[in-house]
Amino acid sequence: MKFFDAVVFSIVAIIGTPLRTALLIIAMSIGVAAVVLLTALGDGARRYVVNEFSSIGTNLVIVFPGRSETGGFNPANLVTSTPRDLTVEDAAALLRLPSVKRISPILVGTTEINAAGKLREAMLVGTNDDFFEVRRLNLSLGRPLSHSDLKHASAEVVLGAAIRQDIFGTKNPLGKTVRVGDRKLRVVGVLEEGGRGMGMTTDELVILPVATAQAMLNTNTLFRILIESKSRAEIQKVKEQVMKAITIRHDGEEDVTVITQDAVLETFDKVLAVLTFGVAGIAAISLAVAGILIMNVMLVSVTQRTAEVGLLKALGATASVVKHLFMIEALLLSLTGAVLGVGFGYLGAMLLRYFYPTFPAYPPIWAMLAGLATALISGLVFGVMPAQKAAKLNAIEALTKR
Amino acid sequence: MNQAKVLIELKDINRTFQLGDSEVHALRDVNLSIKQGEYISVMGPSGSGKSTLLNLLGLLDQPNSGTYLLDGKDITTLNQDAQAKLRSERIGFIFQSFHLVPRLSAAANIELPLMLAGVNSAERSARVTEAIANYGLSDRASHKPNELSGGQRQRVAIARATVTQPSLLLADEPTGNLDRVTGEEVVNLLETLNKQGVTLIVVTHDHALGDRANRQIKMVDGAIVGDISIEA
Repeated sequence: MKFFDAVVFSIVAIIGTPLRTALLIIAMSIGVAAVVLLTALGDGARRYVVNEFSSIGTNLVIVFPGRSETGGFNPANLVTSTPRDLTVEDAAALLRLPSVKRISPILVGTTEINAAGKLREAMLVGTNDDFFEVRRLNLSLGRPLSHSDLKHASAEVVLGAAIRQDIFGTKNPLGKTVRVGDRKLRVVGVLEEGGRGMGMTTDELVILPVATAQAMLNTNTLFRILIESKSRAEIQKVKEQVMKAITIRHDGEEDVTVITQDAVLETFDKVLAVLTFGVAGIAAISLAVAGILIMNVMLVSVTQRTAEVGLLKALGATASVVKHLFMIEALLLSLTGAVLGVGFGYLGAMLLRYFYPTFPAYPPIWAMLAGLATALISGLVFGVMPAQKAAKLNAIEALTKR
Repeated sequence: MNQAKVLIELKDINRTFQLGDSEVHALRDVNLSIKQGEYISVMGPSGSGKSTLLNLLGLLDQPNSGTYLLDGKDITTLNQDAQAKLRSERIGFIFQSFHLVPRLSAAANIELPLMLAGVNSAERSARVTEAIANYGLSDRASHKPNELSGGQRQRVAIARATVTQPSLLLADEPTGNLDRVTGEEVVNLLETLNKQGVTLIVVTHDHALGDRANRQIKMVDGAIVGDISIEA
């Protein structure tokens, strides 16, 4: 028997029992759709987190004061209970390192901002002009802070979108003077709305030069130093150079912590990838259930079509032809279900993206292939037994059975 | 007729079935020689082994002992696939209950043995069209079996059995489920085929049908007890 004819024969058999076929295909497609949709969720979560991290800039190395105590007991901790401050001088020194492209010292605090008789609280960030590059912040109006020496306390400020809205409304704030804390500062720029990073919105920020902020808050220490390396390959080098430079500047003590964005990102990436696999595995169980369902229905079908099997044999079908006919039928059922399931899965992911546009729920290609493959394999594996049963049927007994 | 070559030679065929604890001897020492083009009826009470004989002749069953020569070749030593191939090429079956595939049209039912034999689709449709015309089923070709009368169903079954142009046609109570008039039609059809050279073996209870054959075999308890040839 020609393969094409066998397929046509099986398709006619499948169409001949619409209810059975519909139920089977639905069961299989639910299994595959579950795999596709759940991996889309898992992978979406991974992408979401990775995006959040990437949105604070790329190739970043972050320095903050104090040792992270993950190395167990260290006698140095007994001697120096308070770490040295991380200063603007430290930041300036780091800029001279060979693999460093930009640095951005950061000082944070809360303050009040008022102008035109309006007053509100705001988050203050003292930094430099490079901050806008490092953090990839876009401006809707004006320009970033001007480039100047870190020590120079110029009277400039860049406002977050929400602050600008609250204080100036729709009026143009550029060139206007606002009072931040006890200083009068000139507005030079406004941040674009909706800037995010690490779950923090930039809409509520007030950005001013680091020296100005230090004077205002009366402090010498920095909150962080953000460092952008010249390339991705040099991140590790930067980390080592920074550690060494700071240690020398701090009289031989390693009293800062240096983390790379990459390391954090990689950890989250790994954890969430494993999670995605786990979820896919759970969904695959429903595929196995669908496979068993196919076996069950095919066994019933063999029993119902006993006389037909006997007839086929009487008309010259070999045992292997009978076996192939039933296998092809099981495979066609599971394949149709699988393709439909992939469709449902992608549709579901599309709906998800439609309702939660910030969540990148794209099903990974491997999940689709794995879903299809699992469906086919289960169709094959669970189709073998009924097919063999049919092939073994004795032709006369099969024919005389009423 | 005498110079026609021998088609089938059965020698000392025995067939037993295990039915619970008891052993049923369905065929006892059957010796039979059938020439090409003969018209044979096999009669006997139920349980006399006539259906077993038919299944054996049709390669659907294997004897426990003895040899079966078809065209001088020993069939009993062939494997299942080789037997299936012979069934497909040489033997046509006609059943009492027609055994049409209910979801397939009359034409598709007739096409089935050609499809199983791997004949290409152009030749298939030519032969099916011819068979449909020969058996007067032209206006019924696309009907499903449940839309056909009993006589039409059996005509479809005969068309299906003969579409591969077998040399041996085995009919098991071909008129059993038909009324007298349509039964007569069907028998006439089979006899016409026989006159064209096909060897016809009919198993029946019906004496009126059995008596029409040129050679009448009577079976009792698995043994052949009578073998009468009537000159045409």
